[in-house]
Amino acid sequence: MTTLNINGQDRTLEIDAGTPLLWVLRDDLGLTGTKFACGRALCGACTVHVEGTATLSCVMPADGLQGKRITTIEGANDRIGAAVKRAWIELDVAQCGYCQPGQVMAAAALLKAVPRPSEADIDRALSGNLCRCGAYPRIRAAVHLAAQRLGGRG
Amino acid sequence: MKRRSFLLAATLCGGALVVGCARPDRQKVRGGALAVRDGQVALNGWVKVDRDGIVTAVMAKSEMGQGVHTALMMLVAEEMDCAWSQMRFDYAPIDPLYGNVTALSEGVPFRPDDAGTLARSARAAMEALMRQLGFMMTGGSSSVRDLWLPMRQAAAATRATLVAAVAAEWKVAAADVAASDGVFSAPGGRTIKLGDAVALLGPDPRVVDNASLKTPAQFKLIGRPLPRYDGAALVEGKATFGIDVRTEGLLHAAVRMAPVRGGSVRYFDGVQARALKGVVGVASFPAALDGTGGVAVVADRWWRASQALDKVAVEWDEGPMAGFSSAAAIDTLRHALDADDGFAFWKQGDAKAIIAASARTLTADYTAPYLAHATMEPMNCTVHFRGDAATVWAPTQVPDFARKAAAAVLGLDPGKVALHVTYLGGGFGRRLEVDHVAQAAAIAKQFPGKPVQVLWSREDDMRNDFYRPACASRFAAALDEHGRIAAWHNVSAGQAIVPGYFPRNAGLPIVGPDKTTSEGAFDVAYEFPAVRVGHARVDLPVPIGFWRGVGHSHQAFFKEGFLDECAHAAAADPFAYRRALLARHPRQRAVLELAAAKAGWGEPQAPAADGAKKARGIAFHESFGSTVVQVAEVSVGSNRAIRVHRVVCAIDCGLPVNPNTIAQQMDSAIVFALGAALRGRIDIDAGRVKQGNFDEYEPLRLAECPVIETHIVPSTEPPGGVGEVGLPPLAPAVANAVFAATGQRLRSLPLALAA
Repeated sequence: MTTLNINGQDRTLEIDAGTPLLWVLRDDLGLTGTKFACGRALCGACTVHVEGTATLSCVMPADGLQGKRITTIEGANDRIGAAVKRAWIELDVAQCGYCQPGQVMAAAALLKAVPRPSEADIDRALSGNLCRCGAYPRIRAAVHLAAQRLGGRG
Repeated sequence: MKRRSFLLAATLCGGALVVGCARPDRQKVRGGALAVRDGQVALNGWVKVDRDGIVTAVMAKSEMGQGVHTALMMLVAEEMDCAWSQMRFDYAPIDPLYGNVTALSEGVPFRPDDAGTLARSARAAMEALMRQLGFMMTGGSSSVRDLWLPMRQAAAATRATLVAAVAAEWKVAAADVAASDGVFSAPGGRTIKLGDAVALLGPDPRVVDNASLKTPAQFKLIGRPLPRYDGAALVEGKATFGIDVRTEGLLHAAVRMAPVRGGSVRYFDGVQARALKGVVGVASFPAALDGTGGVAVVADRWWRASQALDKVAVEWDEGPMAGFSSAAAIDTLRHALDADDGFAFWKQGDAKAIIAASARTLTADYTAPYLAHATMEPMNCTVHFRGDAATVWAPTQVPDFARKAAAAVLGLDPGKVALHVTYLGGGFGRRLEVDHVAQAAAIAKQFPGKPVQVLWSREDDMRNDFYRPACASRFAAALDEHGRIAAWHNVSAGQAIVPGYFPRNAGLPIVGPDKTTSEGAFDVAYEFPAVRVGHARVDLPVPIGFWRGVGHSHQAFFKEGFLDECAHAAAADPFAYRRALLARHPRQRAVLELAAAKAGWGEPQAPAADGAKKARGIAFHESFGSTVVQVAEVSVGSNRAIRVHRVVCAIDCGLPVNPNTIAQQMDSAIVFALGAALRGRIDIDAGRVKQGNFDEYEPLRLAECPVIETHIVPSTEPPGGVGEVGLPPLAPAVANAVFAATGQRLRSLPLALAA
């Protein structure tokens, strides 16, 4: 049995050795906000936070995460997460929306580490998140908007 | 002569099917009454109203990111005169009322400005046929165009009927009752809320079905950049995609399909896999609907199922694609151009003779590869088979083809299959196919009583796609002494999508030439004095389908590239050269002029940050009822990398219903097209698709995304298409800019500069 701390709650589960966190979230815990799109850490749709750091859950074995704080899109409601979500909604970023939970998590992790990111910072932090709908221009704008709101500066 | 009689026969075939049938209206459900909740009233198949003042649009289209739910709800809210906050939607039942008329009747092989008798009869016959058949389909950039009148008429009729009920109650003339923001009022200050007006309707209200529609000047919502209705749910991860469907007792299936596309299982042994923890069973499924056969492990968790696949021993039968090579295929297509001028989709004068006699000619060959759709949400479908009935959940663009496919496999009447459409994590035309629905049904049938969700891996998805067909195209032009085009001759060669698609999905044989093979090449507004545009159909075993833009996706690259070559040969400015070819097409010309003006065409540009020269390329393209012109600003890096800095996009899509979602779609199409232009290719060797995941088929990344500026031409014309129209001009605009920057003319996709 493994105990995982997900969105502030301890959940104790029987997890097969090596099962990626993505599938524990989706199929054991019913947290389907985190998405599957490539299974090989190539696209970022599965991005969650482990101790506040953006992590690709499709290749991260869940049984190695005991004692770590895991945050998914459903629980990304702290000051930074909420600001990112609000900016995403205000600028109407999502098109099909499938990649957007991963984008939001990557953006929130960036803003936690770099409160006033440059274009190059955004490129580096978010280029691992693919969007087939092409929401990139609005994603970039929403990161700036959220940063501005959080920092109180333009 | 031959062409005319062929087309006439096709028209008459279509027309004959509708002789004797009344022209079905587009207001009433045909298969019985629309289901309503307690206290809810539906006066037609499109709008339900209830006593709480909620107005529910009946949604016949799938949401795959194009914002269609929002746009169609706006049409209803506008004519209902209710507040946006009162709007909801329910998915439509499967019924011919909800069939797509526009996209399918655009399939007739005529130019948009062809108003001849044959063209008009063919269009009318096809429209009547499509109304009768009523296939539900989201695609062809047609949703708003198709439902612009029917949904507005339905909402206007509903509003007018409520007005009549209020007028009768207040004993005033209907003309004295005004409606605004969900409140009806009359002079003197009386008001009643919409929900209370619904309560005034008797059990069988007399429907006012001749209500007039608002004029654009009266629009309060249509034309405003309303945010997406579902925006918040998507951001929170709360929207249910097909992969997110969860139901009591759900089992998960992972599959392994034959390595050669279209192959099937000759023999399999699932004994070892069946013994693994959580595995419920191992099954095989046939190649169906041009899909591929394989084995499935069904387990209580998808991860367990996918891991257990390694323990299933399988022997394969290779299918029709055995030995196939895409490289050899492209050679085959080029050689087809030597042999055959193909079916003429556009012919005027004798272009070939003029070119043969001309002192000044140009020729060029262009090619484009097979491409994958690569939606972010991999193919999936959930089926619950209960012996005499079934439930299917599918992220599908074609609910009734999906239901039909599942029902056929399960041995049920379609009426016994309840089909639920979910959100789609991208469509791009891939989810017009139902191969994976038939597959899921074949698997679920072997586990009766248990709902089974079949989910493909990314590799399954990329290697079992219905690809954008590869195409080769040859151009020849004669230039007069002023450098103007005296004759334009173009033949393309490639597979035809429609002759496979309709028999496979609708059980309908299609007569006549497949217009999608030449669209983008023959249906252009340019005024050539003599022209022949043809397509030579080549049948190859690669499964192909509708990719975003369809024929336009490669024909625009070819056509705008060669036109640019003519401009350069004439030492003319590419913008001015195109402008001169649109002398009698002021509406299209205006889009060209807007794009050039907003891009600062002709003005000097500062170099890129690394000092590389920046150059501009322009491309004009009309598709799906709209005109789009793009100017790309490009520089080339020291490693021959093509960098696109900015794309200025002008669009005339008629009356813009929602400028916000239109701008989203231009971003979308440009990014989608740029990824394909820079890197997109699907290679097939010995019948096996090489690319399997995003490392080998890499879409555009955020860091590579240009600044995109969209300008919408103000218009009160009926809406044109939006979802695909921003794609075709992008690749040629970029290639034309690359030429301007380097002098290298790139005639193949993906774009690659020589050393």
